Amino acid sequence: MSTVTLNIDDRKVTIPAGTTVLEACRMNNIPIPTLCHDPELTNSGSCRLCVVEVEGMRSLSPSCVTVATQGMQVKTNTRRVKEARKTVLELLVANHPLDCMTCQKMGDCSLAQYAYEYGVKDDVYPGERRNVCLDDSNPFIVRDSNKCILCGKCVRVCEEVQGRSVLDFYQRGFESLVGPAFGSDLSQSDCVLCGSCVSVCPVGALTEKQMIGKGRPWEIKKVQTTCPFCGTGCSFDLNVKAGEVIGVTSNPEAPVNGRALCVKGRFGTDFIHSPNRLTAPLVKKDGEFVEVEWDEALDLVASKLRAIKSEYGADSIAALSSAHCTNEENYLMQKFMRAVIGTNNIDHCART
Amino acid sequence: MKSLLDACCERCTHTPEKPCQDYLFCRTEGPICHDDSSCQEKRKQFIEQKRAKTSGSKRILICAGTGCASLGAVSIVQALSDELEKHGLTDRVEVVPTGCHGFCEQGPTFIIEPEGTLYVKVSLEDIPEIINEEILNGKRIERLLTVNSTTLQTTTQFNTNSFFEKQERVVLKNCGFIDPKSIEDYIINDGYKGFVKAVQNLSSDEVIEEVKKSGLRGRGGAGFSTGLKWSFCRQAPGDKKYIICNADEGDPGAFMDRGVLEGDPHSVIEGMLIGAYAIGADEGYVYCRAEYPLAIQHLEVAIAQAEKIGLLGDNILNTGFNFRLEIRQGAGAFVCGEETALMASIEGKRGMPRVRPPFPAQSGLWGKPTNINNVETWSNLPHILRNGADWYGSFGTEKSKGTKIFALTGQVNNTGLVEVPMGTTLREIIFDIGGGIINNRKFKAVQIGGPSGGCLPEELLDLQVDYETLTKAGAMVGSGGLVIMDESTCMVDIARFFLNFSQSESCGKCTPCREGNKRMWEILDRIVKGQGEMEDLERLESLAMVVKDTSLCGLGQNSPNPILSSLKYFRGEFEAHIKDKKCPAHVCTALLTYFIEVDKCKKCGLCAKNCPVNCISGDKNNPYVIDSSKCINCGTCQDKCKFGAVIKQ
Amino acid sequence: MTNSINEIPNAQVMFVIGSNPTEAHPVIGAKMKQALAKGAKLIVVDPRRIELADKADVWMRIRPGTDVALINGIMNIILENGWEDKEFIAERTEQFEQFKEALKKYQPEVVSKITGVPLEQMLEAAKLYANAEKSQIFYTLGITEHTSGTDNVMSLANLAMLTGNLGKESSGVNPLRGQNNVQGACDMGALPNVYPGYQSVTNPDVRAKFEKVWGVELNPNQGFMIPDMFEAAHKKSLRAMYIVGEDPVLTDADANHVRKGLEELDFLVVQDIFMSETAKLADVVLPGASFAEKTGTFTNTERRVQMVRQAIKPIGNAKADSEIICEISKRLGVELNFNNTADIMDEVASLTPQYTGISHERLGIKGLQWPVPNQEHPGTKFLHEGKFTRGKGLFTVIDYQLPDELPDEEYPFLLSTGRKLSHYNIMTRNSAGLDSYSPEELAEMNPIDAKKLGIEDGEKVRVASRRGELETKVRVTDKVLPGMLFMTLHYKESPANVLTNAAYDRVSKTYEYKVCGVRVDRI
Repeated sequence: MSTVTLNIDDRKVTIPAGTTVLEACRMNNIPIPTLCHDPELTNSGSCRLCVVEVEGMRSLSPSCVTVATQGMQVKTNTRRVKEARKTVLELLVANHPLDCMTCQKMGDCSLAQYAYEYGVKDDVYPGERRNVCLDDSNPFIVRDSNKCILCGKCVRVCEEVQGRSVLDFYQRGFESLVGPAFGSDLSQSDCVLCGSCVSVCPVGALTEKQMIGKGRPWEIKKVQTTCPFCGTGCSFDLNVKAGEVIGVTSNPEAPVNGRALCVKGRFGTDFIHSPNRLTAPLVKKDGEFVEVEWDEALDLVASKLRAIKSEYGADSIAALSSAHCTNEENYLMQKFMRAVIGTNNIDHCART
Repeated sequence: MKSLLDACCERCTHTPEKPCQDYLFCRTEGPICHDDSSCQEKRKQFIEQKRAKTSGSKRILICAGTGCASLGAVSIVQALSDELEKHGLTDRVEVVPTGCHGFCEQGPTFIIEPEGTLYVKVSLEDIPEIINEEILNGKRIERLLTVNSTTLQTTTQFNTNSFFEKQERVVLKNCGFIDPKSIEDYIINDGYKGFVKAVQNLSSDEVIEEVKKSGLRGRGGAGFSTGLKWSFCRQAPGDKKYIICNADEGDPGAFMDRGVLEGDPHSVIEGMLIGAYAIGADEGYVYCRAEYPLAIQHLEVAIAQAEKIGLLGDNILNTGFNFRLEIRQGAGAFVCGEETALMASIEGKRGMPRVRPPFPAQSGLWGKPTNINNVETWSNLPHILRNGADWYGSFGTEKSKGTKIFALTGQVNNTGLVEVPMGTTLREIIFDIGGGIINNRKFKAVQIGGPSGGCLPEELLDLQVDYETLTKAGAMVGSGGLVIMDESTCMVDIARFFLNFSQSESCGKCTPCREGNKRMWEILDRIVKGQGEMEDLERLESLAMVVKDTSLCGLGQNSPNPILSSLKYFRGEFEAHIKDKKCPAHVCTALLTYFIEVDKCKKCGLCAKNCPVNCISGDKNNPYVIDSSKCINCGTCQDKCKFGAVIKQ
Repeated sequence: MTNSINEIPNAQVMFVIGSNPTEAHPVIGAKMKQALAKGAKLIVVDPRRIELADKADVWMRIRPGTDVALINGIMNIILENGWEDKEFIAERTEQFEQFKEALKKYQPEVVSKITGVPLEQMLEAAKLYANAEKSQIFYTLGITEHTSGTDNVMSLANLAMLTGNLGKESSGVNPLRGQNNVQGACDMGALPNVYPGYQSVTNPDVRAKFEKVWGVELNPNQGFMIPDMFEAAHKKSLRAMYIVGEDPVLTDADANHVRKGLEELDFLVVQDIFMSETAKLADVVLPGASFAEKTGTFTNTERRVQMVRQAIKPIGNAKADSEIICEISKRLGVELNFNNTADIMDEVASLTPQYTGISHERLGIKGLQWPVPNQEHPGTKFLHEGKFTRGKGLFTVIDYQLPDELPDEEYPFLLSTGRKLSHYNIMTRNSAGLDSYSPEELAEMNPIDAKKLGIEDGEKVRVASRRGELETKVRVTDKVLPGMLFMTLHYKESPANVLTNAAYDRVSKTYEYKVCGVRVDRI
């Protein structure tokens, strides 16, 4: 693979040819703030936060779309660069609600993080702020366009990853918004509520409805696991607070799906805490189920199986294992039937 | 032979399906495939008649472009035709509704050939007189003639009129002088000969070399070398290439592209044919704003005509070269004049610019190499190919060759379209051609280059108009809009006007343009309302620099120019608004106070009667007085006062 | 899947048959759309106008149950035009000549009559599929849930071999497996004829291997497959059942027959996380743990073994299934000595050739795709590179046969069943969010039929088959052909399987969920 060597902040950096200046910086731990960049999506180069100074260029260059070339001289932290970034952030903050205290995204908001880093104040540009209605029309996703910074990542993920193109920009200038066609609500659009847009939103414009008020990032433990629904094998993070699963978030490392999920995987795991869960062993007595201790139930099962086996033989007993259970449980189940009961009468809905 | 395009006799075999390579020259100088003096005679006669060269015949060229049409030109054409018919003159007098003569201020305008008589501000009532005097008696009608502003002599011919005299009309050569709906007219005036020369005598590379040598630079604003741009697209790998004509002319006060499309649409088609041949494209689009219905109509007619005789389509003139051209209408977004947004719009997407690279030459329309030039650029090409790069290079300055069309508007006497060699000074354009400021008021500034350009003051009137000089001065050639302002214009208000345009036309994609233009507008708005502070100027300037430095496309990169140039040349006016809470030009409503000069007041009471907030009191015995605490500065009293007693300050 | 999910975005030609990925496997469906955006061609075979049908280059609206005829017809066209991969056939397959001869009777005109697919579409599909550098077949239950399910699958294998579309990236025959761990449950030998790793229970060498590790003598006879179990229960030769995490009363065909079979048992124990329809019939119900409450692995449709990690403690008094099984075993006198599920996986690895190199420790974040023959092996992205498991690929002559039950005068509608995006089988009904989003069955009916029967969109109707009846609301849509009715299996309030036919494929014993005759009446 051919490489190029360039100079970033007076440091010599060698990277594979074709790498962008942003990637080159990140490979070398040179921090560059970004809001619209996402490694899984095409670059729109629109937030203009990642600008750097490239020698010979008249204007500042957005590093996310500037390909590094041999001998390029790049400066990432000059006064001009820092001023530009700060101004961009000031402009975004000037048109963003400052209700961070009650915002679901608090602690995980890129805008807040950068605004803090760059020392942005909220009173630089007093003037109009966007004021449009909340889209709260479906059970899973809340869309607050007032918080939208128009980075367009949701637009791109919907088009490029999910192939749906439900979201796009509409209106112009300061009035610009992102949303479904004709400014309708998600519930009136072709949206299938996969939530990929939520997974890429850097601010609180798109949030998981079920998780609102349930926990702050620093209270949440994320446990990577595999989805229990279809055979695709998506993985994601269960968000756990105080022994309760409060929702699901994408894990970008997921080998099959990346951050993409479907409505079931992202929003359907609330069955875990369903009030309908079975929480104690039940034994049918006089046609009614009665809660019993584990020992009673297990003893009963064992004695019944033992009796039937001794009376009718091992092959009079059969088991159905489950395509929902783990490999280990299925292994154990067939071993139990074969080695303990003594029959090959084991099957599962292998074909559904 | 009813038309010049027809065969002279059955020996001619040309059809678009089986084209004859000599078709075009045959029509004007032919026949070529056989020697027959009678065939030749037929063609000659036809052409002479069209040029009004047969004795006694006349052609009345009536400007029917959008400007003159709005002044009644269409009904004048009809009335004149009727009148001629009544007098049995249709045989020897032809009425030709043309595109724009350029002299918009004086419209509707007539040019009568062969003499070249120029009549201005012609109305329906003048028609009988024109027939009786001009046509039947060969006498000029004095009151419809113009006066040369230098010599102060009445001029009869258009080319001795000061407006036309100092122009160098290359691109506009045909505009106003041919029937734009007639391909014959275009061909008689050497039309398509540049293309024929290119496709039959030159290789694609030679064409590009010729264009490079001519020094032609893009007339859309940025001024990039056209030949070089073409060569990038030609060299880009790809089996399919496109060319596009950018006719999305959106700058306030710019209408040169409209003028060319309305008046000489075939020149654009010919230019595109030359470009397509040079680049290796077989498909082209003209992206024209839907607000130009007449231009679109004329272009549609022209495309159909060119297709009909085989100048568009497959195997053009039996050269194996194919080219098809389609029109796409824009829906009124200014940003669609930006080339990547324009392409997105053609593709049916939201018109939003994207980052470059990749440049359209590598990956343009539908991902294919694409070359985009604007109307004026394309219509320069036929002339370059016809007359040669050296001829073209004889106009203009060292780095900016050729001529440029400007749209003169604002407080100038001769608003209209003017074409001058690059390097002409602003003073020459505004005062010599434009006839100076209306009512001899004092010149204050010229806004050049539209919302992307800047405001230049009187001190810079002797600047030579070319790409580098203007950019250095903080303005730009842009598409060529020149808005002339006099002392009654407030520069802060003008900056606010252009910012308002830019902020509402921003596509919303990149942060600095979407949010920054809005905030700059808000600051200016505060200043004109008298709420500005001195720190606002600093903030305005620094924000303008960041927006310029970080915006994604040309719209945002240039939208601060009106502010920055105004701050540079007219800073005092900003400060007056902020410090003194005064608008020196007496424009900004919030900063005005109206009062009534006692001496002049005739106590008629009209002011008080018309005041919408009843803040004027007085009677027959007592002079009228304005209560400034209630006054809303609407100016009605001033308008109503017949004695000039109401003064604003 | 022979190949991997992440090869899909680079596909050139996708042949999707009996599969509705944008609803049943949405992330895979999305990847197909990514391929389309990059210029891939798409062939869809489906009687329903599924989302992908509208995006397809060729959509063959096949008459349900005529897949074998169609595929044979397409192969006939490929051979007629010389589009087969001669080199691949010569080097890697056998019995081609015989197969070629047998295909001759599937003349496109004949096939067109059987399948209802126009000739031009078959020609275009054959051309696209056969002439691309690599083409990829995807199928799901629309292929397998037929009495001819095995034949359908074999036909697709023939098609892939004929064109050399096996053993390379973005090619292959790719079943999109239904449930999250159906692949793993099969791999683990939860099947009556094979031990883990598809090792036959009737093979004495294999049996000896397992007997040695497990320390007991093993039953040499194949056990019952699911349909056999309910038959045996009816006949009283089966007396007890232990059902873990399944709800056959709702999910197996001819539900009434299943229910009666279960009622015949002397003893039924059901282990589940919810009170399922089956659990209601049980003598003992044991509360299991959900996937969030235990550690283990799932194996997905592309053979990727991935970790399931415990996030919370089991709810209430519930226990992980593995713990329950061990407890029962202990009470039957056998201690299954495992400290944790990682230990279980180690034993799996020692006995299962495909899993040899797999351990919980190695799986990490990304998992591993089997076969993983040793501890260092990085896993296998696609199968059959250079060689098939059996050596040479065998062309099998497959003849077309009709579905078991077709509509007739009494039951004039053809009922087909499947899934929809917002639910997965029956478990998602317990998600309050999903259930509120999509709370009820909407049986799809063509507007022509609806008009004929005077049924409005959203109206409730009674649907009946020879086996049972139910009530459901109707969605009037041209997604289905006239004469067809489509229902999902998600709703116990409108349990489609009381209608379905329990006739099954002779090899896999999979029910014919996709075709049966029903009647629709207004209520």
